[in-house]
Amino acid sequence: MKILVSLLLSLCLSVTSWAGESAVPKLDMGKGGQCVKDTQWMRKNHMHMLKHQRDETVRKGIRGENSLKNCIECHASLKDDSVIAREDSFCVGCHRYEAVKIDCFECHSGKRKSAWLQQRNAK
Amino acid sequence: MSDINLQRRNFLKTAAGAAMVSVAPGMLLFDVAHGNPNAVGKVRWGMLIDAESCKPGCNDCVSACNKENGLSGGTAPTDSQWIRKIEIKDVSTGREVSLPMMCQHCEHPPCVDVCPTGASFKRVDGIVLVDKHRCIGCRYCMMACPYKARSFVHEPLSDQNPDVPRGKGTVESCTLCVHRIDQGGQPACAEACTNKAILFGDLNDPNSEISKKIHEVASIQLRADLGLNTGIRFQGL
Ligand code: HEC
Ligand code: HEC
Ligand code: HEC
Repeated sequence: MKILVSLLLSLCLSVTSWAGESAVPKLDMGKGGQCVKDTQWMRKNHMHMLKHQRDETVRKGIRGENSLKNCIECHASLKDDSVIAREDSFCVGCHRYEAVKIDCFECHSGKRKSAWLQQRNAK
Repeated sequence: MSDINLQRRNFLKTAAGAAMVSVAPGMLLFDVAHGNPNAVGKVRWGMLIDAESCKPGCNDCVSACNKENGLSGGTAPTDSQWIRKIEIKDVSTGREVSLPMMCQHCEHPPCVDVCPTGASFKRVDGIVLVDKHRCIGCRYCMMACPYKARSFVHEPLSDQNPDVPRGKGTVESCTLCVHRIDQGGQPACAEACTNKAILFGDLNDPNSEISKKIHEVASIQLRADLGLNTGIRFQGL
């Protein structure tokens, strides 16, 4: 019994110490500036905001600053112009850590639009 | 689709509306769409295509559409084609004409009628769209469309235009370049046509160029017998 408890205890300890090291995934935040809402709110609610915005845009033609394109314009990495290219890319880091799987980027480009246009016009 | 069916549908709509809208005095169960001034019901986008100006062999509208929307340009049955050039011939007279075919943006779209998820829908400004977030890829709409205007995405895609998300497993078709219209632009095909055969505009605004033109010259809707009241009209056929 004693052995079991100490075993469990050591397991817990090692887990917490592991989590402690990487509790917050390091993210490539992109351009910086001011988010569309405050950071804490965005952490909690960005998915609701995006899903609301998508219906507003697709169904009613309302194209506002909460658009996914706008998020990407800001949050895409300054190194590769993408929010999904690397493990620490903005829309990847947290989701990997939290085991969230999104399919948005099967259709949506993860690239900053200005960079995408530049690339297309260079072709 | 006969008039009787349209009336029946309207009756059902009103009956449902009367039951649902007045939950309590002055309180609406659901709100009428309010949004983009384009999309509040005053505007009806449409096109007048002049088959006489459209040149056989010219493919500019198709190339422009492919570039704008990120289509491969392939014409195999499994490739997406949002607009096609077709050449038709009147066998009795031998007269040939060339014209672009795409989604006709019906007022009473059969694709919307058959969609089981509400993904196919008509925006209040008359643009018929697929809401790909709701599309399950069943393809009923493709079968219902008398113009064969819709395509299905069979393969995974990459490097899409940020303005035009597209992906495997969903149906798609001409959007009238909705992403451009909402910014005050016009569809890529209309802009690209060097023969000025595609006139885009607001059918509901009596002062628009397109309204004035259809007031003056004879124009028709394709398969007008179906009573779909298409937003795309043709002259010179
Ligand atoms: C099957 C393809 C597809 C998938 C998957 C998809 N979208 Fe979209 N999305 C579209 C299309 C098409 C539009 C319409 C673009 C337009 O009209 O500008 C759109 C538009 C949007 C818009 C409004 C335009 C913008 O840039 O803000 C938002 C927001 C959006 N989608 C969010 C999402 C989110 C969040 C997800 C994942 C949960 C997602 N979408 C997944 C195809 C898709
Ligand atoms: C003008 C640039 C800008 C735009 C546009 C923008 N953001 Fe941000 N966002 C930021 C910055 C800068 C931060 C970090 C603020 C901080 O460190 O406190 C941030 C923080 C966040 C966070 C929290 C990240 C963390 O470290 O916890 C999320 C989630 C987020 N944004 C999502 C979005 C989404 C979704 C959109 C589009 C609707 C968007 N942002 C649009 C600049 C932007
Ligand atoms: C600060 C960390 C963080 C960042 C940065 C972040 N997300 Fe999330 N996201 C989460 C978490 C956590 C959840 C799951 C919340 C839950 O379980 O309800 C989530 C959920 C979502 C969902 C809903 C998934 C579902 O299954 O319904 C979408 C869509 C989404 N995120 C899109 C994005 C996009 C797009 C970006 C980049 C612009 C982004 N997120 C950046 C943490 C983040």
